Amino acid sequence: MIATIIQRAVMQGTPLLFGSTGEILTEKSGNLNLGIPGIMYVGAISGVAGSFLYEQAVTTLNPFLAVFIPLICSLIGSTLMGLIYCFLTVTLRANQNVTGLALTTFGIGVGNFFGGSLIKLVDTDVPSISLSATSTIFKTQLPFADKLGWFGDIFLSYGFLVYVAIIVALISSHVLKKTRTGLHLRAVGESPETADAAGISVTKHKYLATCIGSAIAGLGGLYYVMDYANGVWSNNGFGDRGWLSIALVIFSMWRPSISIFGSILFGFLYVIPTYIPDITVSTKKLFEMLPYVVTILVLVITSIRDKKENQPPAALGLPYFREER
Amino acid sequence: MKKLNDFMVKTFCNAPCHIAKRDDIVWWKAWIIRIVSVLLALIVCGVITVALTKLNPIKMYITMFEGAVGTSRLVWNLFQNTAILLCISLAVTPAFKMRFWNIGAEGQVLIGGLATAACMIFLGGRLPNPVLIPIMLVVSIVAGSIWGLVPAYFKTKFNSNETLFTLMMNYIAIQIVAYFTLEWSVPKGSGTPRTLEFGQLPTLLDQKYLINILIVAVITIIMYIYLKYSKQGYEISVVGESEKTAKYVGINVKKVVLRTMAISGAICGIAGFLLVAGTDHSLKSDTAGGRGFTAIMVSWLAKFHPVFMIVTSLLIVFLEKGASKISEVYRLNSSFSDIITGIIIFFIIGSEFFINYKVKFNKKEKEAKV
Amino acid sequence: MEQNFALELKNITKTFGSVVANKNVSLQVRKGEILSILGENGSGKTTLMNMVSGIYYPDSGQMFIDGNEVTIASPKDAFNYRIGMIHQHFKLVDVFSAAENIVLGLEDEKGFDMAKNIEKINKITAQYGFELDPHKKIYEMSVSEKQTVEIIKVLFRGADILILDEPTAVLTPQETVKLFMVLRNMRESGKAIIIITHKLHEVLSLSDNVAVLRKGEYVGTVKTAETSESELTEMMVGKKISLDIERSEPENCEDRLVVDSISCVNREGVKLLDNVSFTARSGEILGIAGIAGSGQRELLEAIAGLQHLDSGSVIYHDPKTNQEENLRDKTPMEIRQMGVRLAFVPEDRLGMGLVGNMDIVDNMMLRSYKKGKSMFLQRKNPKSLAEEIIERLEVVTPSADTPVRRLSGGNVQKILVGREIASSPTVLMAAYPVRGLDINSSYTIYNLLNEQKKKGVAVIFVGEDLDVLIELCDRILVIGSGRIAGTVDGRNTTKEEIGLLMTKSSREEQEGGSEE
Repeated sequence: MIATIIQRAVMQGTPLLFGSTGEILTEKSGNLNLGIPGIMYVGAISGVAGSFLYEQAVTTLNPFLAVFIPLICSLIGSTLMGLIYCFLTVTLRANQNVTGLALTTFGIGVGNFFGGSLIKLVDTDVPSISLSATSTIFKTQLPFADKLGWFGDIFLSYGFLVYVAIIVALISSHVLKKTRTGLHLRAVGESPETADAAGISVTKHKYLATCIGSAIAGLGGLYYVMDYANGVWSNNGFGDRGWLSIALVIFSMWRPSISIFGSILFGFLYVIPTYIPDITVSTKKLFEMLPYVVTILVLVITSIRDKKENQPPAALGLPYFREER
Repeated sequence: MKKLNDFMVKTFCNAPCHIAKRDDIVWWKAWIIRIVSVLLALIVCGVITVALTKLNPIKMYITMFEGAVGTSRLVWNLFQNTAILLCISLAVTPAFKMRFWNIGAEGQVLIGGLATAACMIFLGGRLPNPVLIPIMLVVSIVAGSIWGLVPAYFKTKFNSNETLFTLMMNYIAIQIVAYFTLEWSVPKGSGTPRTLEFGQLPTLLDQKYLINILIVAVITIIMYIYLKYSKQGYEISVVGESEKTAKYVGINVKKVVLRTMAISGAICGIAGFLLVAGTDHSLKSDTAGGRGFTAIMVSWLAKFHPVFMIVTSLLIVFLEKGASKISEVYRLNSSFSDIITGIIIFFIIGSEFFINYKVKFNKKEKEAKV
Repeated sequence: MEQNFALELKNITKTFGSVVANKNVSLQVRKGEILSILGENGSGKTTLMNMVSGIYYPDSGQMFIDGNEVTIASPKDAFNYRIGMIHQHFKLVDVFSAAENIVLGLEDEKGFDMAKNIEKINKITAQYGFELDPHKKIYEMSVSEKQTVEIIKVLFRGADILILDEPTAVLTPQETVKLFMVLRNMRESGKAIIIITHKLHEVLSLSDNVAVLRKGEYVGTVKTAETSESELTEMMVGKKISLDIERSEPENCEDRLVVDSISCVNREGVKLLDNVSFTARSGEILGIAGIAGSGQRELLEAIAGLQHLDSGSVIYHDPKTNQEENLRDKTPMEIRQMGVRLAFVPEDRLGMGLVGNMDIVDNMMLRSYKKGKSMFLQRKNPKSLAEEIIERLEVVTPSADTPVRRLSGGNVQKILVGREIASSPTVLMAAYPVRGLDINSSYTIYNLLNEQKKKGVAVIFVGEDLDVLIELCDRILVIGSGRIAGTVDGRNTTKEEIGLLMTKSSREEQEGGSEE
């Protein structure tokens, strides 16, 4: 049973891991993108739309294209969202919180709208969006997973996007810590004036980090529909996972490597009530509160300890404008 | 050599255009920019709608109007929704003026609503409504302000990031409310929210929502006066503009932050009270329905001015209602209105750039001065 | 002997609007030489060096590097000519290590190898005798360590010409000694070094040549070995210029504010105020002279209740009740509630004294808004006060409802001073009240201060222009490195005397420091 719990925790945690890795990259550039929940919806629906159209167009699916098309659609959709955010906050210097919240309203709207209206818009006669064929391909696990007992269940039984999530988190962690690009990106988020004076393009780094971050976060949405939800789109089914991703960013103190474990912990907190005997539906709701409570505790403890490395990037949420007189 | 100098200066110091802060813009110019941006947004929305529904655009706008103000019931509905949104926008405004990013209005509203619902359930039937309703009001105010004070306390004491803190507080509130909704639902655990019989706000002049609207109208006036004419409102402005100045004149900054967040939370609590006792007569985890977030945009778009907020909240509610009518008529998904709202807000916040900055195309040599 | 200069400037002129910042300045520096640029505050030293480092572009004149004429139009150009400038305000990322800051913004030829970079940093550190742990985070560093990072940053980029802007302003004497040692090592290895300073003893102990600027004009260059302190002082301050500021005899002087041996330190433990004692008397103007950043701001803020003191007392003698009150560690609000009528015109006008986005009327209320029991503001009196000030001080503004940030510097200052004296203070403190003001506005301010003096107010005037201090003030307190260097009588002192006092205290420290 423990293997199953861990397995389910990982599956619950994966969308959060994508979301938080994307948001960490974004926040490291000083952009507090509260549009992440919307972006994840768009990432999901873009993939769904691509896949849906592809499934409608052919009779037998080419496994490569069945994965490639939704993946590309998802990346394009969420990157465009990131671009909207950047254009408004970086180029037009709009308030980051307001822009982010508007982006979330917009993104969730786009997700639910197309999720609900796609069938009508393309005039087909299917009853609902169910991409089970595509989903099966997304969920393909490693061939030898079920031969290895609990080990296979815990480590090898997932669709490829779970591994992508972990690899992306590790790569992000490496880039931020060990590369020059990461160094420059962190400088932009900590002190854009210093970065600017050192000849680093603040605008370029903000755009790149935010768009790449959005693309990564969007994959969380794609994973959710294609793998976790078996290819069935339901409106608002994604729930508040976007906000949980932002919580996870704080929880992991802006470190993607900690996010990997944090996401499993959050997933664990999410699935654990199902394994408690005689738990009422209502008590389950209180369990769902736990990740946020834990996050606030982390936020408070880090601010009390006031260790600089664990603080949010110093210029987070602030616009940068080189004074010209 | 001189020529070379000039050439160098031109290439290095002169980008094709540069951006400078505007000192000042005539108020009517600012409004023209804003109106143009709203019009542009409407055109973009129209194009999108036409593309999706293949409608005649004029017919589309007519449908929108019908959806928002077609019948007197719809008009009342529009005003009641505007009132609630306005109330929450007013609530977040003092905090924003102080540069305290309270994005926890959603949670503060819900907690206020929860407190109201608790009173209606446990005291309802035991106390007459004229006694019960004031108690509900007070309890919701207290609950909302406590929810607002928690992040403010940690901000003043440990400088915890208030944006992230208030954001997290929302979801704690949502889950707590979800818990109680289930606990109180009939039959228990079914998820069908209980209709709260006692303590409903009275119907005035046969209009169910009139009292809500009146209460919010009063809050609007009070808030306008508070921010503009009260000593506390003045302190909020000074702290928001410059903490250094506030200290120089001897304002206790921490006290102002705590007090303002208590007020902000209290008004959110009232909004929760109005939603539960005056509108829904029930409590659900989506009672606030994202208005806590929309309110942030409303307040910001109105430049924290209570009177402009009436206009912005009316505009947003109008669009929402109109867009849902379109989606209803053309059997599209109801989330269509969120897309429209999003686009409109993008355009308005984008337009602020052209009000605050001017883009100059460089004609003569000018140096960057650091 | 024909040797190319590492850097040569010929007839450089730079104006900002109508203000001439540099006029026909020429100077040269050779490799393996330290040149000091000496001048008072506002003499145009930093502007000149900003042109060399590509931040400003000169209006006219020529620059030569190694004998070739060059155009430096951007910091990048300066960098290409191997010029590196260390500014007074450090630009470092707090949470980064020293090494990360040093390599920030560079491009790698092949791959990013921190270990290799650290090796290179350690080599530089060893070569010139710096002390630096490349792994240490900036936020854990003292000011002097941060400065070391800035210097290494420039050397790492291969600079041959180093410009240091007031490098010792933030250092303790021991740290200064260390810095000088490092600079001498750099000179040995053939770097050309320019230091901007106004401290005479540093000039004499460190540099080979001294170029003196006065009010934007180039006075001349002398060899350090062939000059003396008094010659340099005279070059720096120039002849006395008569300003015709009226000065009345002080009347009815009594002790109003007695500051007794106050001290305070900053977060790094550097002493900002060191055992400062003085008395401000009613009916006279007490001037405070000193190099910028010698503790003037802290001194005024300590009296106003904005600076925590570690020791000492600030005693206020109330003229009405004849009682004594200790103002130490009281908040500004408490001081006002005690009935102490203290007016303070801070140096930072729009960041501290006024709120830029508020209109004139609302700014008038800053001091008085709390008056009365009503919870509402009373705008009638502030409005009439605003109108009175606008009329009496001839403030140029469209109306009393105009946000103050839209007014010119002089008008902003009139509003601020006007408000502060409107409370009929018993003590009036003004920090650099005429900085950036045109002649007419400056005289308006002098007249206002004199008026207050005649009313029996104890006026404390922190100034930078010695001519003004000498003509306006009754007594002048000279402060250096947070200590009182001496007090002189405004009526019979000379600029040279004040100039020497300004640098004296730090010289004694310097000698004390090197005795170790």
